[in-house]
Amino acid sequence: MTGKLRRWLVIGVPYLWLLALFLVPFLIVLKISLSDPALSIPPYTPTLDLSRGWEGVREFVAGLDFENYVFLTTDDLYWKAYLSSLWIAAFATFLTLLVGFPIAYGMACAPVHWRPTLLMGVILPFWTSFLIRVYSWMGILAQEGVLNRALMWLGLIDEPLMILNTPTAVYIGIVYTYLPFMVLPIYATLDKLDVSLIEAAEDLGCSRTQSFWLVTVPLARPGIIAGCFLVFIPALGEFVIPSLLGGSRTLMVGKVLWEEFFSNRDWPVASAVAVVLLLILIVPIILFQRNEQKAREAEQ
Amino acid sequence: MKQRKLMHTAAAAALAVAGTAVAAGAEEVRVYNWSDYIDESLLEKFEAETGYDLIYDVFDSNEVLETKLLAGGSGYDVVVPSGTFLQRQIKAGAFQKLDKSKLPNLVHMWDVIMERTAKYDPGNEYSVNYMWGTTGIGVNVGKVREVLGEDAPIDSLSLVFDPANMEKLASCGVHFLDAPSEMIPMALKYLGENPDSHDPDVIAKVEPVYAAIRPYIQKFHNSEYINALANGEICVAVGWSGDVLQARDRADEADNGVEIAYHAPKEGAQMWFDQMAIPVDAPNPEGAHAFINFMMEPENIAAATNYVYYANGNKGSWPYILPEILEDPAIYPDEETMKNLFTTTPYEPRVQRFVTRLWTKIKSGT
Repeated sequence: MTGKLRRWLVIGVPYLWLLALFLVPFLIVLKISLSDPALSIPPYTPTLDLSRGWEGVREFVAGLDFENYVFLTTDDLYWKAYLSSLWIAAFATFLTLLVGFPIAYGMACAPVHWRPTLLMGVILPFWTSFLIRVYSWMGILAQEGVLNRALMWLGLIDEPLMILNTPTAVYIGIVYTYLPFMVLPIYATLDKLDVSLIEAAEDLGCSRTQSFWLVTVPLARPGIIAGCFLVFIPALGEFVIPSLLGGSRTLMVGKVLWEEFFSNRDWPVASAVAVVLLLILIVPIILFQRNEQKAREAEQ
Repeated sequence: MKQRKLMHTAAAAALAVAGTAVAAGAEEVRVYNWSDYIDESLLEKFEAETGYDLIYDVFDSNEVLETKLLAGGSGYDVVVPSGTFLQRQIKAGAFQKLDKSKLPNLVHMWDVIMERTAKYDPGNEYSVNYMWGTTGIGVNVGKVREVLGEDAPIDSLSLVFDPANMEKLASCGVHFLDAPSEMIPMALKYLGENPDSHDPDVIAKVEPVYAAIRPYIQKFHNSEYINALANGEICVAVGWSGDVLQARDRADEADNGVEIAYHAPKEGAQMWFDQMAIPVDAPNPEGAHAFINFMMEPENIAAATNYVYYANGNKGSWPYILPEILEDPAIYPDEETMKNLFTTTPYEPRVQRFVTRLWTKIKSGT
């Protein structure tokens, strides 16, 4: 194999991957979001009829419009759902960071021969299905559940706590489920941290807390950012956790999508909701990355 | 265009694989039915009698089933939608007509139920009744009496729609179904309106009714209440007759002192029908007919009824049904109650959107 071909392969494969698993599905969703609902299989119109050649394509394109996006602006449900999802995802990400950072820090400070075991411990929950793990939280948090019984038995509470079906349960669910996504990238950066930098800071008069905030945290920043993205993005569109653990009052865009798709059978509006969600995510991420890159260039 | 071709290739490949699978082993019949809705020993019996491999999956909402059907290629041979959904799905071309020559057990079906299901499926050309029931109120009798007193109106809609009652019941837990197509007619009935109204102005009248009781409803869900009622976690559930009775049965088995009762509200209750039908693109229509015919065998459907506590549409099965079920008016209502039962028709898309939106507003306050 020539070097040139190999280079093309190395660059091309990830792009092909993105094309097949991101761009093509996105274009399908985009296409559906521009069509109209119909009582048929599939439940929208127009569908592309290639057997009629050019005529079919032209008719298909003529049938597409932005009606569904206009519709999204006429009902406050949608932007409320987006806002509420953004807030829940952001707050849950913050909580995950709060729990995850000390874990990652502890792991990085642990004796070297312990680390593989600790790392295993973080990954181990993935061996069980995500759905089952969320479901078992229902058993823990229910009024007659494990947690309430334990607390009552200990005499800490007299009345069972109402946790299940509240936003608190949703936060617990998100923090629990996405914790490894926060811990692993932070651990990866802390693990590579040059200890002599901290020693130098302390030699130069920093207290331990100061050196932690002035040296460790800034150096762990790439890990923190990666972890936050890995938690925030899936949490934003989360459906399983709010529908199993949250009450009916927890408004999230995942549920709105479900309702458009299943209750209203309106695939076009559901697709429009999904496209807008993607834009809400992608635009800030691109801006952020550009900003980061500029900062990096400035440093150099 | 490429994508189309790719999909065709993939479909062809899948077909080829399916073909070899059939050649290698027994043919498969794939059934998609509601959860907690059959005596599972029947599944083995079907396999033993017919030689088919039975794949039995479950769902817990009509919406999920409908989306699979309308997406096409669900891969199922028999599905069990409720009447109103069936009616719309027939219009969308989702089903194939039954070949009645392959269903000799049709002679056992109950004419009274067939007449009612013909409202959704004229001439019963596409479907056969599996089970039917009512939507009503399940109560933990002891707890409700403790909260509301001995004369608690456990057989009336006022139990769950009167805020004064609900305020007290909130302390022991109330669940509602997350099924607007049944919860809205129920509230309309409470208001004395036509429960099958498709007029948005009339439907909108339920909003203040729900707004007044919303703070006292712990959850809207279609299946969790069975266990929650049985283990005493909630004291009232607006739910489906047989599911509440299954909760009663589970509580009896657990012997935990919980006594569950089901009532079709005296003001009138919604009657619904779950119908077996064959998707238009079913991979194995032959096996689908065999399954439907098997379930119409009086002994078999009676076994299912004895297990799930729902009435079936099969008159021939009566001799095999446990007397306590056949004589229970909560399952097989007497003629007086029958007169009080109402049915509904599917909403048009525009009204459906209004109903869904209203329901979201009711549930989430937004």
